[in-house]
Amino acid sequence: MLDFLKNLDRRWIFLAMLLAVAIPVVMQKTFPEKPTKLVQDAFDAIENLPDESNVLFSFDYEPSTEGELAPMAKALIRHCCLKRHKMFFMTLWPGGLPLIEQNIEDIISKEYEEEHFARGKDYLNLGYNAGREVAIIVMGTNFKRMFPTDNDKIPLDDPTLPMAHDIDRLDDMDLIVDISAGYPGMKEWVQYAASPYGIKLVIASTAVQAPQAYPYYPNQLTGVLAAIKGAAEYEAALGEKYPKYRDPAFNDAIRRMAPQLWAHLLIIGLILLGNGIYFAERIKGTRR
Amino acid sequence: MKRETIVWTILFIAGGLFLSYRAAFSPHGMGKVYVKAEQVNPNSQTDLRTKYIGARPGEKGAVLSIPRSVGLWLAALFTLAIFSFLYRDNVFFKIAESVMVGVSAGWAMVTAGFWDTLVPKLLAKLAPDMTRAWALPKLEKTSHADPLYLVPLVLGIMLLWRLAPRGGWIARWPLAFIVGTFAGIKLTMYLDADFVSQIRSTIVPLVVVLQSGQLDVWASIRNVGLVFGVLSCLTYFFFSVEHRGIAGKIARIGIWYLMITFGASFAFTVMGRIALLASRITFLFDDWLWLMDPNHKRPWEPFFSG
Repeated sequence: MLDFLKNLDRRWIFLAMLLAVAIPVVMQKTFPEKPTKLVQDAFDAIENLPDESNVLFSFDYEPSTEGELAPMAKALIRHCCLKRHKMFFMTLWPGGLPLIEQNIEDIISKEYEEEHFARGKDYLNLGYNAGREVAIIVMGTNFKRMFPTDNDKIPLDDPTLPMAHDIDRLDDMDLIVDISAGYPGMKEWVQYAASPYGIKLVIASTAVQAPQAYPYYPNQLTGVLAAIKGAAEYEAALGEKYPKYRDPAFNDAIRRMAPQLWAHLLIIGLILLGNGIYFAERIKGTRR
Repeated sequence: MKRETIVWTILFIAGGLFLSYRAAFSPHGMGKVYVKAEQVNPNSQTDLRTKYIGARPGEKGAVLSIPRSVGLWLAALFTLAIFSFLYRDNVFFKIAESVMVGVSAGWAMVTAGFWDTLVPKLLAKLAPDMTRAWALPKLEKTSHADPLYLVPLVLGIMLLWRLAPRGGWIARWPLAFIVGTFAGIKLTMYLDADFVSQIRSTIVPLVVVLQSGQLDVWASIRNVGLVFGVLSCLTYFFFSVEHRGIAGKIARIGIWYLMITFGASFAFTVMGRIALLASRITFLFDDWLWLMDPNHKRPWEPFFSG
């Protein structure tokens, strides 16, 4: 038995992991989530802003991390739609642009079709801007120098885009929400926007990047959504305040916590098994 | 024929038959994308451009989109091709990997490099009329040529000189400019956001007393742990004193703090990877195979309703 386990083909472990994730995905069972303080603070930052405040979303990620970050983006946009905040969308990553368009299409245009959110009045897609942290620095002092037009090349001073008329500097935004998967992203927004201008900044980050965000909380970051767990907690907070959002159809991240649970149990089991085999080998060696 | 080849052939035939059955004979099929037309600028009377957005099957104005459906099938088949590497390296994985690398490089060069950087940030500044006529019809007519942008043009050409057979040293000048500029930008902001602000964040009361006069035990423990953790980690990285005696013991605790931090980071990474796997599996079962529909994207009952 010990030899069998020692020489177990790793492909059996891959298969076990596939089943541990796939079966809960198909079963669609959910577990209750309770928002932690970091997530609750992020929620409160949006909730406590006066209606129709200016919120800048920076989609600093690409499709490779969409599985983690898309549920956060959706929940945050839904919350801003409920508060009728004016949403400005931008990205420092070239691959982020289609994701902005997809979220506008799926959430603002379809889910809130009856609210009649208008492009240029309630939301605006500024698109991608090259320049990484330099783009943030320039936006700090002259927003329209970095974004003279929206993504459809319509000048921000155009009468069809009234929500952009009063935006001259980054601190005209009441809140910045950065959905971040790496560089440029969370760290740059802290260094070049939150710290020098004191603008409220909420971070939604990938699991890999999340440990880098914690030292900035609470002085430089208002709230942090760390990984898919953070997204699930945010969905729970949204559902607590707005009961309509307890519907599992709006809870992508909460649904993905069951696969997390089973996959983590499998990993813990495998770690224990591996250590058990190691110690069993040692004991066997000592006896000889 | 080898046993493994027979197994793979059977698996492929079974998979192909399942997909053919789902696509052709199941009541609603699978892997189709529907779209509907929408005006780009609904507030404008003159801008009559339209774009297509995703729609539910059967929705008013919804039509089947062949290009998006082909894209969906390609995404699904490439996902399976990449997953096949877990069994062993194979031709499907190689194809998917090569396409991924090629498309990413092409996308970065054409979209990010050329259309989003060179055209609007350089050509539009140096030759606005030409750029408006050729590439950006909506570019403001009041734009004038700005000779200042000759500087980045010249620096860019100098940087590319590295590729020339002679005079590679010319590329060092713009490189020096880039290094110097970024060092300056990074240093000042890093000092503020990551040095001074982080020190400030570490200066916290070790005994937290609430407004009611009660001791907040957990907050006090947390703050003590924070301050002691920072000091012990700093001690570990302080090499001017030999790590013996008290300094050695504190440095040892610093190592424990670091190990716990690395463990938490690794656990976070595992969580991230599982989230991505769950996302791909959801994509395959939901968007491609139409076996489940957690977001109610289709007007009929799915095979797995949860």
